[in-house]
Amino acid sequence: MDWLFFSEIGLAGIGTGGLYAVAGLAFVLIYKATRVVNMAMGELLMAGAYIFIGFSAGLALPVWISIPLTILATGLLGGVIERTIIRPMLGENAISIFMVTIGLGSVLVGLVEIFWGADPHRLVDFIPSDPIFIGEAYLSPKVGYGFAVAAVIIGLFLVVFRTWRGGVALRATAGDQAAAYSMGINVPKVFSLVWVIAAMIAAIGGILVGSIGGVSPSMGVYGLSVLVVVIIGGLDSLLGALIAGIFVGLIETYAGAYLGGEYKMLATFSLLVLILVVRPYGLFGTHEIERL
Amino acid sequence: MTSASPILDIRNIEVVYNNTIQVLRGLSLSVPRGAVVALLGSNGAGKSTTLKAISRLLELERGELKSGDIVFDGQSVQSDTPHGLVRRGLFHVMEGRRVFEDLTVEENLTAATYANDITEAKKRFELVYEYFPRLYERRDGLAGYLSGGEQQMLAIGRALIANPEIILLDEPSLGLSPLFTEEIFGIIARINNEQGTSMLLVEQNAAMAFAVADYGYIMETGKIVLDGPTELLTNDADVQEFYLGMGGHDDEEHKSFRDIKHYKRRKRWLS
Repeated sequence: MDWLFFSEIGLAGIGTGGLYAVAGLAFVLIYKATRVVNMAMGELLMAGAYIFIGFSAGLALPVWISIPLTILATGLLGGVIERTIIRPMLGENAISIFMVTIGLGSVLVGLVEIFWGADPHRLVDFIPSDPIFIGEAYLSPKVGYGFAVAAVIIGLFLVVFRTWRGGVALRATAGDQAAAYSMGINVPKVFSLVWVIAAMIAAIGGILVGSIGGVSPSMGVYGLSVLVVVIIGGLDSLLGALIAGIFVGLIETYAGAYLGGEYKMLATFSLLVLILVVRPYGLFGTHEIERL
Repeated sequence: MTSASPILDIRNIEVVYNNTIQVLRGLSLSVPRGAVVALLGSNGAGKSTTLKAISRLLELERGELKSGDIVFDGQSVQSDTPHGLVRRGLFHVMEGRRVFEDLTVEENLTAATYANDITEAKKRFELVYEYFPRLYERRDGLAGYLSGGEQQMLAIGRALIANPEIILLDEPSLGLSPLFTEEIFGIIARINNEQGTSMLLVEQNAAMAFAVADYGYIMETGKIVLDGPTELLTNDADVQEFYLGMGGHDDEEHKSFRDIKHYKRRKRWLS
């Protein structure tokens, strides 16, 4: 067995996984606070990537201005989506909201195609392209830097959620909306904030994913892999998103390298089925507390 | 007690659910500052609805205040949001305790710090643990694993963190053993004495409620049918019979539905 090859694939897998974890984080955040399964997560990522194209190529702004602008604009988009589409659905049953987010995904794809057409685009190259070597193993610089950014974001969120009072407000809102209201927690604000932050994270994810693999309106399919990640990790666990993200990334790249590209999806979805059988709430998800 | 401005004044409110079901029909009551007022009534009379109308949690259940007004601390609640009201000092301890089960006891208390100035609220953790030593012992455990009585303590503890002007208490004795009930009511009386918090107490357990309340209202099918200071109510023949379970005042024989006069009298109460 070629250990160098094995570890290079491993590194690539961890890199891909880091990006899954970031997208998963955005997903988990929304689910945790609002119990909304957001099927439009992949499309939100795509929207972020296209908005980046709009700033960096369309308006020809420098990359280091385009990135913060993209994050802000996508955050705004998230806020608008929450106010106009999600908020009126509050109190409806989970399936209705789920369906609404699927529709939202299609709307986002449609909007992107109106503005940028259906052809794939390449993002402006801004990630340094010197090859990275870890020991002897080669790591694609894009994947490497992408992973670094992902790790920083996730680390930040893990710390913030353990220490910040807002983390408690968010979990309280998730647990019992009416009770959260009765504690003086501004529930609508929590909802808006969560969507804004999740959309911002999605923008970062979109830029990273887009600069590695290019951008096209069908990029939303990426959301499907993210769904696998969060189901495996547990829908409401930040740590779960991180670990499952890397796990799925590894499985996917190893399956792709050793079995062939067509086995990638097979491997991840088989894993999904297995996890659902053994731990239906995911590796780190909360079980419902049953008081006897 | 007719102090100049009651902390809470409900004037002739009508509440309708889903635009079809009228639950409150012209209900009025008031809570003087510093007093404990009990609101009694049978199942479905609209007691919980009254509290939700006050704290504005009604809208989450498609209920609507159609007419009348609720004035808290000199200002109508209609112009405020549910969380805004909590910050102004109106805290609703909901029926069934409603603790956040996946949060620890301490995190549950932290959630309530949103109702108050944060530094002020942090200081009150000590106070809660002093009132409820049990909660201190279990502060790092998940609230979902507490017993019913301990959860009720936590629910009241959250109110203490908020340091409100008035607490709306919805059936604190629900599903508790007599021993726990007694303990909880002892604490309620203590909070009222020591913190000067006004309370509007909804109960099925009339005897317990009268033990701590200064004034009582009795409601049937959406309106108040009787009210008065608790000493007066406790001695009222109808209240004794239908709420305190003490039998009639004039005849000692066992009541039967065959007795048409009794049935009619009861019907007037519980229709």
